[in-house]
Amino acid sequence: MQLQQKFAVLSQELIIEAGRAERQYWRDLWTYRELFYFLAWRDILVRYKQTVIGIAWALIRPLLTMLVFTFIFGRLAKLPPDGSAPYAVMVFAAMMPWQFFSTSLTESSNSLISNANLISKIYFPRLIVPAGSVITSFVDFLISGVLMVVLMVWYHWVPDWRILCLPLFVVLAFAAAMGPGLWLAALNVKFRDFRYIVPFIVQLGLYVSPVGFSSRIVPEKWRLLYSLNPMVGVIDSFRWALLRGETTLYWPGILTSILVTVLLCASGIWYFRRVEKTFADII
Amino acid sequence: MASGTSAASKKLSLISSEPCYYKPHGSKRWSGLGLVFQLSAFYFLFLSEVVIRVENLGKRYRIQHRQQRQRYVALRDVLADQTKSMARRLWSVVRGPWSRSPVVHSPSQEDFWALRDISFDVKQGDSLGIIGRNGAGKSTLLKILSRITVPTEGRFRMRGRIASLLEVGTGFHPELTGRENIFLNGAILGMSRAEIGRQFDAIVAFAGIEKFLDTPVKRYSSGMYIRLAFAVAAHVHSEILIVDEVLAVGDVQFQKKCLDKMGEAAHTGRTVLFVSHNMGALAALCQQGVLLEAGTVRAYGAIQECIRLYLSHDERPGDSLLDNCRRSPGLKAVLSRIRVTSPGTQAPGIIPCGGMAEFRFVLHNVADRTVRIAFTIYNCLGVRVCHFDSGIASFLANADLHHHCLSCEVTALGLVPGNYSINVAVYDGMALLDHVSEAVDLQVVDSNYLGNGKLPDAANGLVVFPHRWASAAKI
Repeated sequence: MQLQQKFAVLSQELIIEAGRAERQYWRDLWTYRELFYFLAWRDILVRYKQTVIGIAWALIRPLLTMLVFTFIFGRLAKLPPDGSAPYAVMVFAAMMPWQFFSTSLTESSNSLISNANLISKIYFPRLIVPAGSVITSFVDFLISGVLMVVLMVWYHWVPDWRILCLPLFVVLAFAAAMGPGLWLAALNVKFRDFRYIVPFIVQLGLYVSPVGFSSRIVPEKWRLLYSLNPMVGVIDSFRWALLRGETTLYWPGILTSILVTVLLCASGIWYFRRVEKTFADII
Repeated sequence: MASGTSAASKKLSLISSEPCYYKPHGSKRWSGLGLVFQLSAFYFLFLSEVVIRVENLGKRYRIQHRQQRQRYVALRDVLADQTKSMARRLWSVVRGPWSRSPVVHSPSQEDFWALRDISFDVKQGDSLGIIGRNGAGKSTLLKILSRITVPTEGRFRMRGRIASLLEVGTGFHPELTGRENIFLNGAILGMSRAEIGRQFDAIVAFAGIEKFLDTPVKRYSSGMYIRLAFAVAAHVHSEILIVDEVLAVGDVQFQKKCLDKMGEAAHTGRTVLFVSHNMGALAALCQQGVLLEAGTVRAYGAIQECIRLYLSHDERPGDSLLDNCRRSPGLKAVLSRIRVTSPGTQAPGIIPCGGMAEFRFVLHNVADRTVRIAFTIYNCLGVRVCHFDSGIASFLANADLHHHCLSCEVTALGLVPGNYSINVAVYDGMALLDHVSEAVDLQVVDSNYLGNGKLPDAANGLVVFPHRWASAAKI
């Protein structure tokens, strides 16, 4: 063999040993980076196949939820909006990250099971599967962002410089969706009980998180505790960025939420990596 | 690969396969052995042609049994059991369900080693055939080598990109079109988008589905589906190709096409690991073989030797036909053994097309009977190809001993290459004594029957006759 060729294959040498962590995992993740895209692309293509209005479903769901929430919390319950912001805009600023979180949690917790045929027949870093479903939900998030723009035009609401911080908070939302998603996806492989727990978490979370109302109405002494819910931080910062700072940021709360998010994300990756080798055997 | 160096490297590979290479766990502090290990690792990387090295690989599964219950089931016991098992389950969740610490075995659990102590080397450009009965561990081995599951013990090293094809059409989505699935499946098999783009036309041409590229694959016929799936897999460029019994599907022509493609891969210096029950294909494609039996390596070496061992397995004393489950019910077990041989081949059960075949039947408990034997050869699709009856040949054997052996010699068995099975019936005059379906398997392999090494395709007929072509002078 040519020496050159030797060096070429040398870089691809693979050693698998029982009970030892794979060194090439993160390299593999990079090699398979296009699979993120392809899995997300597949899910998006498949989701709206054989539907009449197709992608419009991604708009209708958050729009209707926003209308109902605005009516119930804003009109019937007469909860206060954030400063001068229209209630609908305020609700929708929270609706965007919340929908993203709830769909990615639901999708990623089921993702491994619905891709069982792939997992038992072919190798790739398994992390791609739940991450791919978070990316899929992110596309919906972007679509609802368009709706947000329409809503702002409708209410003549012009955001200020704070909107430039939004990408940072999107990253936070991503992490907040990813951490629990990884935990639930990994647990769901062995304990299918989680299939019943996830819808419950999502349903309850909608009322526990400040989606239909402003987190200002939570009594001051409970706010730190309330911020243990990572979505509180995400939603508050989204509102802060989109509503011209009509909500003042409650820093201890935001930091707590970020801390919880980072913890969930790191432990999620750790746990997922620990158990992913056994997925093919037990799925 | 330069052939001149192969003699030298063979010598080297002999040195390297000394047992001192194997490194037991926890021997790091033993620096002498560590040095040997490092040297051999260096050797593996730079000097040898070995691309796959498997060492003491083992895979354990834990299987559950139902516990022995009392004669009657009391609700109280059920509740107690449930509570206990619930508590145990909760405890396992708390402790981490996948923890590696030794588990206190409940009597209902048992360890099952699907693989144990598997070791072999594969050199660059070699094709290794993996042979074994169902449950011998072939698929588990391929799953470990293609990194789908991890081994419980041992280790393996591989050099180069791996493409594994354990199932045709993994990752195909029925809702997506052929075009979309080519990209998706290619990405799953590890191809980049640019690479798929380059290979796209070749893939479509190989599958022959140009017209249906934009049809969802759920509307494809199963043949088209399989063709497309194999076409994608066949165009993955990898140094190592792992193929499970995927050729069992599809028609004969397609199978041939796939085998040709795999042969092509093997000839271009790629390393192929191939599992099949088709001995003809294995013999044609592979040089090396591993024969697995109950999770261990029974033989490792030249493929012919492995095939011979595998097929001769039928003749072991435990496999006597006397307690065969495919015997028609209510009949006395008379037929005890069948042996099909051909003078040209060493292995029983393999007949070259057009070669001489001897069918030998050993009978038990037939004293004082007039024995007549009839047998039918079926092809793999269950078609009756030909029938032999000692009654038609007016051969009636008067068995006067307890054991009796009959043989039937066929001068030229002109069956197209493929797998066949034989049903055998034994009569006493007109009365049926014994009948075993699929009593023995038979494999007809390629031969030089027609004088030029070619044979008609198995898809076009069942039998082959020697013949001669000429231009006729008169019409």
